[in-house]
Amino acid sequence: MDAIKTWLGRSGLASIAILAVLLLVVFPLAMDTFRLNLVGKYLTYGFVAIGLVMLWGYGGVLSLGQGVFFGLGGYAMAMFLKLEASDPESTKIQSTPGIPDFMDWNQLTELPLWWEPFNSFGFTLFAVVAVPVLLAFSISYAMFKRRVGGVYFAIITQAVALILTVLIIGQQGYTGGVNGMTDLKTLMGWDIRTDEAKTLLYFLTAALLLGAILLCRWIQLSKLGTLLLAMRDKEDRVRFSGYDVSMFKVFAFCLAAALSAIGGAMFTLQVGFMSPSFVGIVPSIEMVIFAAVGGRMSLVGAVYGALLVNFGKTYFSETFPDLWLFLMAALFIGVVMAFPNGLAGLYESHVKPWLARRKQAPAGSGGEPPSASTAPAAPTVPHTTTSSAAAPAADIHLGAKVSSQSA
Amino acid sequence: MSNTDFVLAVEDLTVSFDGFKAIDSLNLYVDRGELRVVIGPNGAGKTTLLDLICGKTKASAGSIKFKNQEMTRLPEHMIVRAGIGRKFQTPSIYENLSVFKNLEVSFPRGRGVFGALGFKCDDAVKAKVDEVAGMIGLADRLDLEAGLLSHGQKQWLEIGMLLMQDPELLMLDEPIAGMSARERELTADLLNRICQNRSVIVIEHDMDFVARIAHKVTVMHQGKILAEGSMDKVQSDPKVIDVYLGH
Repeated sequence: MDAIKTWLGRSGLASIAILAVLLLVVFPLAMDTFRLNLVGKYLTYGFVAIGLVMLWGYGGVLSLGQGVFFGLGGYAMAMFLKLEASDPESTKIQSTPGIPDFMDWNQLTELPLWWEPFNSFGFTLFAVVAVPVLLAFSISYAMFKRRVGGVYFAIITQAVALILTVLIIGQQGYTGGVNGMTDLKTLMGWDIRTDEAKTLLYFLTAALLLGAILLCRWIQLSKLGTLLLAMRDKEDRVRFSGYDVSMFKVFAFCLAAALSAIGGAMFTLQVGFMSPSFVGIVPSIEMVIFAAVGGRMSLVGAVYGALLVNFGKTYFSETFPDLWLFLMAALFIGVVMAFPNGLAGLYESHVKPWLARRKQAPAGSGGEPPSASTAPAAPTVPHTTTSSAAAPAADIHLGAKVSSQSA
Repeated sequence: MSNTDFVLAVEDLTVSFDGFKAIDSLNLYVDRGELRVVIGPNGAGKTTLLDLICGKTKASAGSIKFKNQEMTRLPEHMIVRAGIGRKFQTPSIYENLSVFKNLEVSFPRGRGVFGALGFKCDDAVKAKVDEVAGMIGLADRLDLEAGLLSHGQKQWLEIGMLLMQDPELLMLDEPIAGMSARERELTADLLNRICQNRSVIVIEHDMDFVARIAHKVTVMHQGKILAEGSMDKVQSDPKVIDVYLGH
């Protein structure tokens, strides 16, 4: 029993199990379909947030352009749904029936060639991941091979987010422009707007997210995870131990892109549309805030961060519509200044010692074996001990290019 | 340039930073199994020389041949994989990882992205970690977080991380800086042991220490080699006394 406890604690599976119970049992029991759908939407941002944990927390590479990949995944899914919604029967009032309505409005008379493959659901699923990963690979390979990193890389990702937004809005006839792709109705004949569909999609999102967390946890515990941490600490030492550092960063960036894209696709399915407002700079920065608030070293924490910030956003933007952006900014600055490792870091440094003390008190009289205190119980943040918990606010790995050698 | 029996043959090596030649047409040959110490005043280009050999700095001209293979155009990680290990001046270890992890990560297997994903810490790795940890005197510290080690132990750990890779040429930049007298002795013993089956280049200032370990000494001055030979020969060389050792 103690062995199981230790193993659960060390691998971080305990906290993942708690999250699973919350997502798969508590929320569905406690909420109506509308709220559950809202949570489902927030969970799609959870994909982006855990991607950022891998990229930013572990890899030390800050991306301010995750909206790009979220958007590409979302758009790929939206293209499939839009084609299905644009059958000749339901678009017969258009001058060219059978093509998406926004194409018709923009005087397009036939489906562009690059839209054709999106008639296939199999290809769409492939494209949801492949297109963002391909873009992520080209950007990051070009940058990291040239040793561009830190702030410069963050700015470039932001530029990419801006470019993609401008491109989507400008190419209205092909992308739906600023309105995005709306009126998405069915997925292979299955109406995604009904309550049952929304509930099912919620469970699908939650299950995929938990799967993604397990995958990331496995990567963290592999040698690759160790190397990412090592690179963040002493990049030159890793390079001069025979590793091609740039390829590990490329991998982390592609992984984060793939996760974001899956989130984007699930977003489209649950919300029923996709628009440039989820692609640009502002949403991309918001996504970083989710990870920062939850804790950029904790996968589970990042999901809680995405949920909390989005709940807050929904609540505050309804209550104080004018103040919301300021509150958001204050939240980000406050979190980074006060607890750089987010809520998960707060849990590690305050709640857990307190729990341990409470546990120890009855242990003295109750005869509880002392193994609980000797076990390295670090559910989510195995490597953030005192040194990183006490890291100053400046250490958010914007430009933390560690030079390991003096001239 | 012709092939040689030397493990390392540096010929006509030059690097200039904005016109300043930090290394100027330098020739250096290191034998197999040799422990070479490079000394010289500050700014002589000692660290730059190591930077050039390990690829951290790219040469402006000249050639660096390691086992007759040209190194100047290889990326850093390929130079390491060819068998050249480099220890930095300040201890460069992964502070947040345990001593075991520090050594394990340095094991030369699973160096690609997917290789690292599939890497298993099997008995061969554990045996190697134990062997190296024994050599560097950290066998009982394997579970300790590396950041908690003493300064000298950190230096040893970094040497151990290099030994994990069994390099044929090991380059150490001031390995005993900041060490106590006892630690210096242990380090000298360690170096004498590890150069049994590999070549070692050491940059050092402490002349007593140099005398204890050096097979041959190279004195650098202003990017060039001023003198080369046994410790006694170098110490009695008037040019060396003039620029470095003092009167």
